Amino acid sequence: MTQLALVIDLNVCVGCHACVTNCKEWNTSGSAGALSDDNPYGKDPTGTFFNRVQTYEVGQFPKTETVHFPKSCLHCEDPPCVPVCPTGASYKRKEDGIVLVDYDKCIGCRYCSWACPYGAREIDEHQKVMKKCTLCVDRIYDENLPEAERQPACVLACPTTARIFGDVHDPDSVVSVAIRELGGYQLMPEWGTKPSNHYLPRRKNHVSYKKDELERVDNPLKKEDYQVDASEPSLDDVTSW
Amino acid sequence: MQPAFSVIFLTTLIGMGQGLFLALYTGQVYFVLNVVDIASTDVFYSIGSAVSIVLLILGLVASVFHLGRPERAWRAASMWRTSWLSREVIILPIAMALISLYGMVHFMGWNLSVMTIGAVVIELSLIIGLLATIAVFSLFIATGMIYACLKFLQEWHSPLTVINYILLGSVSGFTLATLIAAYKQPELIPFFAGWSIVLLVLAFIFRGASLIRNKRLRPKSTVQTAIGIRHNQIKQKSMGFMGGSVNTRDFFHGKTAFFLRSVKNIFIIMVFAIPLTLLISALIKPSVMILAIATASMYVGLLAERWYFFAEGNHPQNIYYQTIA
Repeated sequence: MTQLALVIDLNVCVGCHACVTNCKEWNTSGSAGALSDDNPYGKDPTGTFFNRVQTYEVGQFPKTETVHFPKSCLHCEDPPCVPVCPTGASYKRKEDGIVLVDYDKCIGCRYCSWACPYGAREIDEHQKVMKKCTLCVDRIYDENLPEAERQPACVLACPTTARIFGDVHDPDSVVSVAIRELGGYQLMPEWGTKPSNHYLPRRKNHVSYKKDELERVDNPLKKEDYQVDASEPSLDDVTSW
Repeated sequence: MQPAFSVIFLTTLIGMGQGLFLALYTGQVYFVLNVVDIASTDVFYSIGSAVSIVLLILGLVASVFHLGRPERAWRAASMWRTSWLSREVIILPIAMALISLYGMVHFMGWNLSVMTIGAVVIELSLIIGLLATIAVFSLFIATGMIYACLKFLQEWHSPLTVINYILLGSVSGFTLATLIAAYKQPELIPFFAGWSIVLLVLAFIFRGASLIRNKRLRPKSTVQTAIGIRHNQIKQKSMGFMGGSVNTRDFFHGKTAFFLRSVKNIFIIMVFAIPLTLLISALIKPSVMILAIATASMYVGLLAERWYFFAEGNHPQNIYYQTIA
């Protein structure tokens, strides 16, 4: 079974918001209609976004680290937003595990947004239906695009490759290997939603040496280059500089 | 959560309507079983059922304002296998139909006796009433479960939520029945007022229990689990945008702790203290005026109670929206 998802590497995210703008751009231009944007340059701008980058400070000054944290729908394996929907507009695709909203069936009751602990769903104030990240379902299967571009807009936009896209159920996929080898984790595991999107933690690589690894103990003459053949005269022996 | 007035009116109005029907039917069952010797008149049943139906319709109208696309509301009946909201949407019209039928049978005098068990005569309305009672309780459960089934809204995720919807709806309906009795059949006042007082005390105990429970709750989700970073000191520096969004509007009431406390105190006084005093005084000296004040105080109090119920729900998504920039 396929479960498409994103793996987001917090170690390399620089918080540039390129994924946010590219997501907005792609999803406001699609066949589902524009994503709301009210007063974009006015006093109280508001709008619908599928993806946001937040910033957290970890630790206490001066020992702090700034963590940029992109957040979009996690396409849970057990999505709490789906069973609560009274119309069946909210559903999880069997073939690839993407959680979607059928905008033609949604009655805009907002119950699914109450049922999502991550705040991943936003109502479109103009179309009056619930919207959310589609994992760019209208891109990733589009055969008119070159194969390298059949990826979510946010992934294509990321300048540091902090976002990887793939099938988390395929153990050999690049996302599965990253989760397995770099300590990938899920958000709010306490609610049993089993998010498909994973996050890779901050990592610092330290190499540790022991003293005897730098300084050889089995070298009684303290000569570093013991491979020099002492039977032959060296340059120092035959010339005076 | 940000309380939505459409849902506040929906739940309080249909609760009162359901409670009123339960009051009428309780009176009938008690008379049939010879527990009380005063029968409600057909006029009383008809008026009571009509008022109950009006309340349910008003609730339904209020609910429409909650929908973005009310023209598609019929679709909401489709997912009854998984969704309590869908179940509520199905049961509400069934309950309305059965209560209407119950009122019609009394109003038109179609109340034939269907059979006799021993000395007990089973009338047609008794059977319809039984079905309507089942529908009314199912509706209470569906309404309560809409909120109680959301496990990460810890304040709501408790059997107390369902119990309180049943008890608060019932007590407001019984109080309204007492008022209608004062208009049309004052000899029924002791029966309905007595039941109202019993339900009021029960509702106070269970609503109080839920207040105490919620005060002691510790949120399971923290900023650590929300972003998955294991450090004791994590501060949000930016939520990612400086304008508003659904996330900043829909999930927080935006009021001060003092305001919240005031609403709580107001509803405790208006739902429990004032009606209790007035119901006891009505037992001693029946008066339409006093019972009208008791009913009005209870209903307004219930609006505050429901506002508080929604506002008290602490949604974990708020963890992600603490700092603008």
